Amino acid sequence: MRTLKFLLQKEFKQIVRNKAILRIIIIAPILQLLVLAFAVDYEIKNIKLFFVDQDKSHFSSLLFSQFDGSDYFFIENYSNDQNDAKEAIHQGECDLALIIEPNFEQHLYRDGTAAVQLIANAIDGTKAGLSSSYATAIIRSFNKTLIEQYSIRGNLIPDPEFHQIEPTYSYWYNPDLNYQAFMVPGILVLLVTMIGTFMSSMNIVREKELGTIEQINVTPIKKHYFIIGKTLPFWIIGLLEFGFGLTLAKIVFDIPMVGSLFTLFAFAGVYLFVVLGLGLLVSTLTDTQQQAMFISWFFLVIFILLGGLFTAIENMPLWAQRITFFNPVRYFIEVNRMVLLKGAGIADIAWHFIVMAIFILAVNSLAIFRYRKVS
Amino acid sequence: MFNSHSIEVRKLTKKFGSFTAVNEISFDTEKGEIFGFLGANGAGKSTAIKMLCGLWTPTSGEAKVAGFDIYKENEKIKRRIGYMSQKFSLYQDLTARENIRFYAGIYGMPDTKIKEKTEVLLDRLKLSEFADVQINSLPLGWKQKLAFSVAVFHEPEIVFLDEPTGGVDPVTRRDFWEMIYDTAKLGTTIFVTTHYMDESEYCDRISIMVDGRIEALGSPIELKERYDSKTMDEVFVKLARPAAIK
Amino acid sequence: MKRFIAFVRKEFHHILRDWRTLIILFGMPIIQILLFGFAITNEIKDASIAILDQANDAHSKALINKILSTDYFKLEQYLSNQSQIEPVFRKGKVKEVIIFERDFSQKLDKEKISGIQLLADATDPNTATIILNYTQGIIAGYQADQNVLSRLPFNIQVQTEMFYNKELKGVYLFVPGLIAIILMLVSAMMTSISITKEKEFGTMEILLATPMRPGIIIIAKVIPYLLLSFINALIILTLGYFVFGVPVHGSITLLLFEMILFVLTVLSLGIFISTVTSSQQVALMASLMGLMLPTILLSGFIFPIENMPLLLQIISNIVPAKWFIIIIKNIMLKGTGLAIIWEETLIIFGFMIFFISLSVKNFKPRLA
Repeated sequence: MRTLKFLLQKEFKQIVRNKAILRIIIIAPILQLLVLAFAVDYEIKNIKLFFVDQDKSHFSSLLFSQFDGSDYFFIENYSNDQNDAKEAIHQGECDLALIIEPNFEQHLYRDGTAAVQLIANAIDGTKAGLSSSYATAIIRSFNKTLIEQYSIRGNLIPDPEFHQIEPTYSYWYNPDLNYQAFMVPGILVLLVTMIGTFMSSMNIVREKELGTIEQINVTPIKKHYFIIGKTLPFWIIGLLEFGFGLTLAKIVFDIPMVGSLFTLFAFAGVYLFVVLGLGLLVSTLTDTQQQAMFISWFFLVIFILLGGLFTAIENMPLWAQRITFFNPVRYFIEVNRMVLLKGAGIADIAWHFIVMAIFILAVNSLAIFRYRKVS
Repeated sequence: MFNSHSIEVRKLTKKFGSFTAVNEISFDTEKGEIFGFLGANGAGKSTAIKMLCGLWTPTSGEAKVAGFDIYKENEKIKRRIGYMSQKFSLYQDLTARENIRFYAGIYGMPDTKIKEKTEVLLDRLKLSEFADVQINSLPLGWKQKLAFSVAVFHEPEIVFLDEPTGGVDPVTRRDFWEMIYDTAKLGTTIFVTTHYMDESEYCDRISIMVDGRIEALGSPIELKERYDSKTMDEVFVKLARPAAIK
Repeated sequence: MKRFIAFVRKEFHHILRDWRTLIILFGMPIIQILLFGFAITNEIKDASIAILDQANDAHSKALINKILSTDYFKLEQYLSNQSQIEPVFRKGKVKEVIIFERDFSQKLDKEKISGIQLLADATDPNTATIILNYTQGIIAGYQADQNVLSRLPFNIQVQTEMFYNKELKGVYLFVPGLIAIILMLVSAMMTSISITKEKEFGTMEILLATPMRPGIIIIAKVIPYLLLSFINALIILTLGYFVFGVPVHGSITLLLFEMILFVLTVLSLGIFISTVTSSQQVALMASLMGLMLPTILLSGFIFPIENMPLLLQIISNIVPAKWFIIIIKNIMLKGTGLAIIWEETLIIFGFMIFFISLSVKNFKPRLA
């Protein structure tokens, strides 16, 4: 036990003396949190629209004003030649082009049907999909207005068979659709995971690279003390980091904190053991810091991509979803959201705890087994 | 009591794949002896030392260090030995005092004793002024002396020194050997490897390793007689030359 | 010249012997592209929903059937009363609850208003919005079917055409960004770490004592990484093309030219980092925080720049990757030529000169 005291003293001294790393540990979360939280927004707004009116009628200018008044769209340019629009898309000046056919109003009155063409720059598939569906929705509602106000039937004879279903809707847990409330907890996870994995793996490998580990191996120090001595400081730092990030999140973004912070921190503590165990495992697989960095980076990227932070896990194909069962990041992100936004309690996340416990056992036993004082 | 051999080695071998670094070496050392392990670079000295320290597992052969078997009682050995590696391996970002305290603590020395001995040691090394400076700013010679002192701080029975005087100036080398003598006088067995042949004169007995084998074993005087040489350099050349020509 | 070649060869040896790093260097982009292409998507599929059907009549059943018959939704469970809503949301799996009110059909026929409530779990606002959109779309479609008999006076037909990416494949967006990221990773991060390592271990001093000029040493150190990152980028391009059909409509020569330009820029950035850091750990963290993260976040790789607050949009202008991504997207997906992207090219060129001069300025006093 005394050995542990000496180990921890040494580790902390070394960490604190490393001014550059300290600066990074403190500044990085601030930067990351702020930038990420502000940058991340999938909501589609200000879609640049090119409006081509080849009809120039009352109806077409009505449609124009519908789009002009919409929050979603920003009318970038206006013309009566559809080639202008196509060129604009090519040049990247607009996202969506709306083309009204010639004699639009006439066709509607005479044949009851007319066409509007939408051309989307689909390089960003999702954006294009949403843009066109918003545009279609506006056109649909415009269609309805036309019927109500301009058709003979609409004015004089209410059509009994004309069904109109417009569902009412409400958003739960996040009525303002605050995207940051969703992202920030996940970003915190990222932060803590990155620092935990990188720092712990590189730390041990550093001793290997410098040769100081030999001096350690020659002492009667027990393997598990050494490992605890290496893990504990980063566990503490990780928790502090998490707390720091959470505070920042609250101050800057006012994210909801519906559930118990104690539960959250308890899980964070458990999660950190998994992450540090991973760092430990990596350090047993590598000889140089560069390798350690690379392998950690490798795992990290996969975990983050499949963690449900940037894209939802439910959207993934089944085989990918199964893989995420082995992804600790996924669980922490879920727990974060469940506790902070929905007020979940320990009972709700019991399953997550259990999985973490299994991970801890698996990863750390493997790492301890692999770490040898004797080659 | 058992025998007074602090180290007993029988046909110790270490192979790396098809390359045999240490080839069936055998020898004993007496308590309090300064035993020099000589040989050219790459002859297998470091490998041998690492096996005796419990850092590497031998491929075959037997050895006992401080009376304990190196296969089965590794950890017991480690409590009784000190080691100074060829590559400087104290913590550069800690101070002299902190390094001493750390290792002394790991070896189980009580706090008060650590404090006492530290002050004595720092004074001896003339490091008292620089005791609280990170050692990466100390010159090499002082670092080496500190490393040695840390290795013997916990009063081990045996101390293994792997090329302790590599790269230091002659004055520091002489200081070093004085420190080694003082330590040996206290009854500590010193096992030191070196490729400086003149240092062999300081040892009680030496062995010369060539290509993984011990080609000669004895006191400097004996060896010079046996090989009809005036200096150890000559002895070494006579032993090593055939190997080099091969 | 001979010395130079010997030096480059030594660097290659270092790198090639480090099989672990190599595997990751090449394996990672491949894995990433597979993930991005096959696993990661923003499209909704099989979203779990719960339904509370208080009407339980022909209309509600028909509508429910229509909703469930799409790929978008999957029924998690039928609820029997309102009190079950909160718990089912809390469990986390269900994303939307659809409630059909008791007099749904009557309301439909007589009052022409709805008796449907859609409750979406907006923890993920994006998914929630999309799910609501889809649901509303399906309901509108049902309405349209029902209305077919009523001969609407006006019927505007909307024809949608998707340019450059007919199937709305998400991977089109990712592959260009991925190339940028990988080039950055290998060129900048690895270079900075490799140079810093020599500093840390003192071998840099030995090198500087040789007759080779410092500038040449750096260039020699950097060439292997240039090659590696290039090969990597080509692998991504090829994979993207053969596995996902991401095209290269424009000139390949232009593409390669722009890639080289970008790599040189990023390399000089890596060198610059190495001039200000003294340990590998710091080089790593600096590269990560100062390079990778801003690049991933602000380059337009995943998150559209247009959506960001003005301040971030301005900052994104100093992220070289942003311009590079615009360039490759143009060349690959639109097939445009230099005429259109010359401004961006010039900007990257400017970056390169900037970083090189910074590095040169910093390098001399540090190690001389």
